Amino acid sequence: MHRNLSGRVARIAAGLLAGVALIAAPALQAAEEKAAEGHESHGVDWQGWKAGNQINDATSLQRGASNFMNYCAGCHSLKYMRYERMAKDLRIGDEQLRKNLLPAGAKTTDYILASFPKAEAEAWFGRQPPDLSLITRSKGSDYVFQFLKGFYLDETKATKTDNLALPGAAMPAVLSDLEGVKRVVFGHGESAHGGKNVERFDEVQAGSMTPAQYDVFVRDTVNFLQYVGEPSQVDRVSIGIWVLLFLAVFTGFAWMLKKEYWKDVH
Amino acid sequence: MAGDHDKLPARPGFMGWLNKRLPVDAFLKDHLTDYYAPKNFNFWYFFGSLALLVLVMQLLTGIFLTMHYKVGEMTAFDSVEYIMREVPYGWLLRYLHSTGASAFFIVVYLHMFRAFLYGSYKQPRELLWLFGMVIYLALMAEAFMGYVLPWGNMSFWGAQVIVNLFGTIPVVGPGLVEWIRGDYGIADATLNRFFSLHVVAVPLVLLLLVTLHLVALHEVGSNNPDGVEIKGKKGANGKPLDGIPFHPYYTLKDIVGVGVFLMLFCVVVFFVPTFGGIFLEHANFDMANPMSTPDHIAPVWYFTPFYAILRAVPDQQLGALAMALSLVCLVLVPWLDRSPVKSTRYRGWIWKTALALFVISFIGLGYIGLKAPSPLFTLMGRVFSVMYFAFFVLMPWYTKIDPVKPVPERVTYEKH
Repeated sequence: MHRNLSGRVARIAAGLLAGVALIAAPALQAAEEKAAEGHESHGVDWQGWKAGNQINDATSLQRGASNFMNYCAGCHSLKYMRYERMAKDLRIGDEQLRKNLLPAGAKTTDYILASFPKAEAEAWFGRQPPDLSLITRSKGSDYVFQFLKGFYLDETKATKTDNLALPGAAMPAVLSDLEGVKRVVFGHGESAHGGKNVERFDEVQAGSMTPAQYDVFVRDTVNFLQYVGEPSQVDRVSIGIWVLLFLAVFTGFAWMLKKEYWKDVH
Repeated sequence: MAGDHDKLPARPGFMGWLNKRLPVDAFLKDHLTDYYAPKNFNFWYFFGSLALLVLVMQLLTGIFLTMHYKVGEMTAFDSVEYIMREVPYGWLLRYLHSTGASAFFIVVYLHMFRAFLYGSYKQPRELLWLFGMVIYLALMAEAFMGYVLPWGNMSFWGAQVIVNLFGTIPVVGPGLVEWIRGDYGIADATLNRFFSLHVVAVPLVLLLLVTLHLVALHEVGSNNPDGVEIKGKKGANGKPLDGIPFHPYYTLKDIVGVGVFLMLFCVVVFFVPTFGGIFLEHANFDMANPMSTPDHIAPVWYFTPFYAILRAVPDQQLGALAMALSLVCLVLVPWLDRSPVKSTRYRGWIWKTALALFVISFIGLGYIGLKAPSPLFTLMGRVFSVMYFAFFVLMPWYTKIDPVKPVPERVTYEKH
């Protein structure tokens, strides 16, 4: 009887620990979001855009690497990443690497550094284009996706564009040839997530890609950047499965051994 | 226990030679094969050995991380990325160590909760509790300084906030802060001394304290879920009737606990190492930058209950005082609890309610400390802070009037 009582106390306590953590979090989140109400939720939920990239998709990663080298690497470095390691992880052949991805004069063991001189970059944009090795880790893949799709026409800015995800961005819309140029019609107040409330996009000029093609382009690029953020992430998961299988077997045997010995305890 | 070593059979060969010069067999006998622990340990008794496991794991992974980490404000952040990318299995070392830090606190918090559940801090185990509390404080210092080493932006600003707390101490505060930092701001000098303390000084202190904790435990013997002293009922052989030798019974049982723990631990290490930005924060993947404050500065989750108490008080100086007092309360528990009964099993509804409210307030404070301040959270933080302190301040009173039940002579144990 006493045992049951204590078991109950222990269960209640454990339940409290888990329950408060699990229930309180979403409930409080909801309360928080409610507090920020007063907007209308129709329009474009650009902050809800998900990158939806697949880190196991080798061809997407290869396309992303190629996108990055062609459109980003001029200004942005990946200073912790070597060409060689990237080629090996992404299963890009040596010949492919040298022909299509490696800049003239670079060695395969070099880190991926921007070709744009730093001093000039500062003069042009007012700041150095940031290194993107860890951008998906500090800001998240969805953020990068939203940023690359978030450029819109704004004649008041020096770059003639602004960005929804990073208002006042120093970076010009370098992908507008692909995406096209759009204008944003803003709604009243703030969006559900606290950013600018976008009512709709108006196309000013079409790009060479359809919106669906551009989404794939951006998704591949984000996928590649997520890989660069943590090159061992695919290995990590596949090793983890074996480790867990081993531990399950080990714990099973340990439990049987314990049971055998504890037979003597009365 | 000690002193009857002459009863040990003399061994031939190398072990015999060794035992004459070093009491190997006697030590193992005293602390494992002839150390009697109550047979009715339950789930809550796994966390002591698990804490020891995590300590050893942190020491081992720490040694290998130190081989590749380069202390210094210009090199620290890059060297962590070097470990993550170019050191073979460096990512594994780093994730084991970073997840280990959080696991250490989870295990220690559950270990401490066990003491509340069964009155393990009560006479004659007050000193055992005190050693445990000093371990906890040393662990907080160790974790805080380790957190600064990767030199991420949250490391930097978190260090700024926490070190500045010492500045609220009257008179000596400002000078003390400068002395801790070794500079006018968190800087290279701070990083260097935190490295030294994190890898040498505090681990040595921790090892010494853990040894003392164990020696004190083995002197008084373990408490158990019934809170009955097993030494009170001994058999003809002079051994406690309700005790069983730690080895092989609890060594084998603890290995099962280790297996289950490692499975949960490895799920985090291999599948969700950042734990959604709680174990490794997003802002810490940007290098320390004195010119750019993160949107919302919060300490790592294991400090947030105390951080929430700090924020609940409108005045910073009084807030820091409240935070310090919240730790002092924990230390004083053996003398605040006046109940004649140890285990919650035989305590009344008043104690059970108080303990439940305490757990709710602690978890609630931990959650609020993670979030950006808002009027609702400030109010909740104040309510939970009052609950937290009420648990301790009112303890001498409510443990006295609590309707306790009779405690059995022997422990309760069902064979399973």
